Amino acid sequence: MPPVIAIQGLSKTYASGFQALKSIDLDIRRGEIFALLGPNGAGKTTLISIVCGIVRASSGSVTVDGHDIVSDFRAARGLIGLVPQELTTDAFETVWDTVSFSRGLFGKPRNPEHIEKVLRDLSLWSKKDSKIMTLSGGMKRRVLIAKALSHEPRILFLDEPTAGVDVELRKDMWEVVRALRASGVTIILTTHYIEEAEQMADRIGVINKGEIVLVEEKATLMRELGRKQLALQLNGRLHAVPEALQPYDLTLAEEGATLVYTYDTQGDRTGITGFLQDLSRAGIEFHDLQTTQRSLEDIFVDLVRQRR
Amino acid sequence: MISNLRAVRAIYVFEMARAGRTLLQSIVSPVLSTSLYFVVFGAAIGSRITEIDGVPYGAFIVPGLIMLLLLTQSVANASFGIYFPRFTGTIYELLSAPVSYGEIVLGYVGAAATKSVILGLIVLATAALFVPLQIEHPVWMLVFLVLTAVTFSLLGFIIGIWADGFEKLQLVPLLVITPLTFLGGTFYSVSVLPPLWQKLALLNPVVYLISGFRWSFFGTSDVNIGVSLAMTLVVLGLCVVGIAWIFRTGYRLKA
Ligand SMILES: Nc1ncnc2c1ncn2[C@@H]1O[C@H](COP(=O)(O)OP(=O)(O)OP(=O)(O)O)[C@@H](O)[C@H]1O
Ligand SMILES: [Mg+2]
Repeated sequence: MPPVIAIQGLSKTYASGFQALKSIDLDIRRGEIFALLGPNGAGKTTLISIVCGIVRASSGSVTVDGHDIVSDFRAARGLIGLVPQELTTDAFETVWDTVSFSRGLFGKPRNPEHIEKVLRDLSLWSKKDSKIMTLSGGMKRRVLIAKALSHEPRILFLDEPTAGVDVELRKDMWEVVRALRASGVTIILTTHYIEEAEQMADRIGVINKGEIVLVEEKATLMRELGRKQLALQLNGRLHAVPEALQPYDLTLAEEGATLVYTYDTQGDRTGITGFLQDLSRAGIEFHDLQTTQRSLEDIFVDLVRQRR
Repeated sequence: MISNLRAVRAIYVFEMARAGRTLLQSIVSPVLSTSLYFVVFGAAIGSRITEIDGVPYGAFIVPGLIMLLLLTQSVANASFGIYFPRFTGTIYELLSAPVSYGEIVLGYVGAAATKSVILGLIVLATAALFVPLQIEHPVWMLVFLVLTAVTFSLLGFIIGIWADGFEKLQLVPLLVITPLTFLGGTFYSVSVLPPLWQKLALLNPVVYLISGFRWSFFGTSDVNIGVSLAMTLVVLGLCVVGIAWIFRTGYRLKA
């Protein structure tokens, strides 16, 4: 199946001369939840803004369900709902009015039942006649989500949807997201919370300094995460890994005072027993040990650091 | 160019509702200021200048006053209407929606122009309380009213996109529109000026608007009515060109 969003050679240089995106290539699959991770200033919002029509690309192309975002912007944008990072709402309008306005803006006929459903799903129904300025920050975030869902988008962008949001809303939100995904909506979210990507996403992309440094199935990443390390503090120092221990995945650290064994917790056998036996057979003794597991966060930090 | 009529209507209704919330002040203040002009200029000065071109002074200033209001209100309404979403950031939604620039302009400028036409008619009714008025060409009166409201709402839209602060939003109305209106013959006929000043006055586009509008009331004018109409259309055309340029370049709308 062709990707629902195809991004090719997309670059953005702002008027200040700052290059925020450097030739991005990225395909988003139909119906997936794609998490875009990256440090502050990586270019996540810029990327989303270009796809949604808020920022102009300097070069490259984007198609949304086959529609070019420039030459066929109506068809492309009509499919997209956007929840922006910043809490930018009207102030004096009521919740109902602002959400209905969004639906009209996207050219959809009036449908009070749909608006009601969206407001109820987001626990906003009791606030429907409140002026937006009287709402709390979390409630405003809900309003932004309701606006984005008012016109029944097939693709939803959530730009850091959980920043400054309490546990309750986060739970509500993920429920809504899961229901949307079940109905075939493609979801692209950016986040700083790696657990969130871990929980929600089908695929994870990492962006740093305007470049996509990794796009991977979450399952594959989780397998990578399944790898554990056993560090042994030796009684002496080793200059090299002994011949007899070569079959094991070993590295030396701290100038030979620590021996690190990397193994897969998800394999049938971790090989720890055999390794320890071979170790004592080789006459190597240790006085302490730790095991550590790489988290997605570590992988992420490594990736970002490598590119510095 | 215009196919998402629902969006145009959404913007139009939104903007009209904004005016509705501040209904009292948006009607009271212009009515009050117009009444003040009548008291000061109509009564005080009118007692000395009895007639201009055969029209009693009190009645003579009515078209000019309406124009003054129309110009300032159109510019203020339209510039604020588009500047405010830029300022708060809610413009993101407009830019990400499947709407063309033509539709955006139609919604915002249409609403701003509607508001000023309504205000103009209210002030006209207020004026009728002070002085006996006759309108010789009511259809042309409406044509000039609508054309002027649209033209200056377009200008206001341009200002609202150009401005990058609230001061700039008020700069053009204050430094350009108001002086041009006062110098454009709101309170006098351009023909009373010395010849050199008459020539200079003809560089002021507002002269043509007021003259044409006054003609629709009294059947007499400083400038030929055809010329007035043509000049009004030229100014309108210039604003349209300006807006087309803004949208083609994305000027101050998109990074
Ligand atoms: N309008 C602009 N003009 C100039 N530079 C900009 C503009 N908008 C963003 N930038 C710069 O582009 C870079 C990418 O910004 P962007 O907002 O896309 O990052 P981000 O990944 O969304 O960051 P965050 O996690 O903080 O939201 C930043 O260095 C930012 O300063
Ligand atoms: Mg961002």
